[in-house]
Amino acid sequence: MATLKDATAIVGTGQTPFARQLPESEKTLACRAVLAALDDAGIAPSEVDGLASYTMEETDEVEVAKSIGAGDITFFSKVGYGGGGSCATVAHLAAAIATGQASVGVAWRSRKRGSGPRPWKNTTAQLPTPAQWTRPFGLLRPADEIGMLARRYMHQYGATRDHFFNVALACRNRANQNPAAIMYERPLTRDMYMNSRWISDPLCLFDNCLETDGALACVIVSAERARDCRRRPVYVHSAAQGLPAQHHGMVNYWNDDPLTGPAWTAARQLWKQADFGPDDVDVAQIYDAFTPLIPLSLEGYGFCGRGEGAAFTEGGALESGGRLPINTGGGGLSEAYVHGFNLITEGVKQLRGTSTAQVPDAATCLVTAGEGVPTSALLLRS
Amino acid sequence: MRDSHTESDHHPDRDRDRLLVPVVDDDGAPFWEYAAQGELRVQACAATGCGELRFPPRPCCPHCQSFESEWQRMSGKGRIWSYVMPHPPLLPAYAAQAPYNAVVVELADAPHIRLVGNVVAEPGAALDSVDPARLRIGAKVQAAFTKGAGASAGASGVTVPQWLLERS
Repeated sequence: MATLKDATAIVGTGQTPFARQLPESEKTLACRAVLAALDDAGIAPSEVDGLASYTMEETDEVEVAKSIGAGDITFFSKVGYGGGGSCATVAHLAAAIATGQASVGVAWRSRKRGSGPRPWKNTTAQLPTPAQWTRPFGLLRPADEIGMLARRYMHQYGATRDHFFNVALACRNRANQNPAAIMYERPLTRDMYMNSRWISDPLCLFDNCLETDGALACVIVSAERARDCRRRPVYVHSAAQGLPAQHHGMVNYWNDDPLTGPAWTAARQLWKQADFGPDDVDVAQIYDAFTPLIPLSLEGYGFCGRGEGAAFTEGGALESGGRLPINTGGGGLSEAYVHGFNLITEGVKQLRGTSTAQVPDAATCLVTAGEGVPTSALLLRS
Repeated sequence: MRDSHTESDHHPDRDRDRLLVPVVDDDGAPFWEYAAQGELRVQACAATGCGELRFPPRPCCPHCQSFESEWQRMSGKGRIWSYVMPHPPLLPAYAAQAPYNAVVVELADAPHIRLVGNVVAEPGAALDSVDPARLRIGAKVQAAFTKGAGASAGASGVTVPQWLLERS
């Protein structure tokens, strides 16, 4: 059977500035990020024949392709479930390239979440299921939906707000090293965290990701072609999506065990295809729309046992030099929240040796997409 | 009681001040019809030898794939599985009552069946009518129904279940 293992590589990344408000349109930002990624790779836009993004991406393939001057596109794909689709955009292109459906793939995400509308305020577009079972009762926002799981997790396993603070602090500390991060010059203290306002108790302001305008993109080609590119290739070693049996999306309250989410499903497939395991991961970029997603993901991807994710964050484990440095650009909590795409590009930077919080000799990186929704993940290696 | 409107004063400009009502689909409709009669019912497979309860409702049984279903009446007894206290920014009608509780209740009759709702001081009371200090995971609750009140306040007249803390 054909395998995806190391068959393709990320050879270019691009990004716009990140800010609460950028003057340009999402479409313009998308084009800037895509062209920057192609320039980074040293590949002409006319060579692009594969595109992938999120179903929530507002700039579609037609607009990107005709604006950047792409050639004939022979593969295009969009992945659903918000931030759960981030890594799958790369995975779909990798599969397409490995099977000859395309040769130069570009994945991207452009979003004005900082200055644009809050999706949860659109009450006319509310879906009948499962919104009819949640929204009338004031469970309106992702923070409310994940907060429900967070309090149950705290109750069941003894997790505390200090554990969530450990996550927020690690991300903020890395952002303080990253001039591109929104929180570059804004340190976080425990006092600030504990005294901040609630968004949805048990989640406070600093448990929530940023609201950001920005765009990112990356370029994927075959391993053979990657050797001729401008940059050191970062290989897609393994890729997986995860929609567990009887899963219900972000309001996953109705299966036997709501605290084992899509990460567990994606992880089983991811590690099954890989030459190495969790102990061999040098650095991880873990989807952090909310701090409790990190302990849940640490469990799901096998860095610790069930219920041990919170304790794993103790003793600086997530910091530089710790057991598993995470979100080394600052993540969604402190660099930018662009549906997790900056976690992919930060993974590439680590394996090129160019991160602003470089893990010495990093050769393997786990990147994850949104946990709590149907998800995806990548194992990258240099 | 807050926000009690009658059909006659329904006006689009007021919609922003109302709590959301369920956007019902075909599978969920029986739940709301029974709720309007003051009954808490959950969809169950009607195939011989199966009978598995399922929630949220869906067209066929994930255990035996039968499309036959019935709605079984529950006792209305449950326990708080988890809860949050949302604070603004929220939609206006919710912000007006924030912080309020939103809970997930597991049913005593079938603990894997869980319902999102609000714990209130009495049927029809506001979402913030219970002291948050009285909420805890595991607390026993009982379903209550009041037409056009509480979480369903407004002109719609849709009845949604609410939850009352049991005296322990």
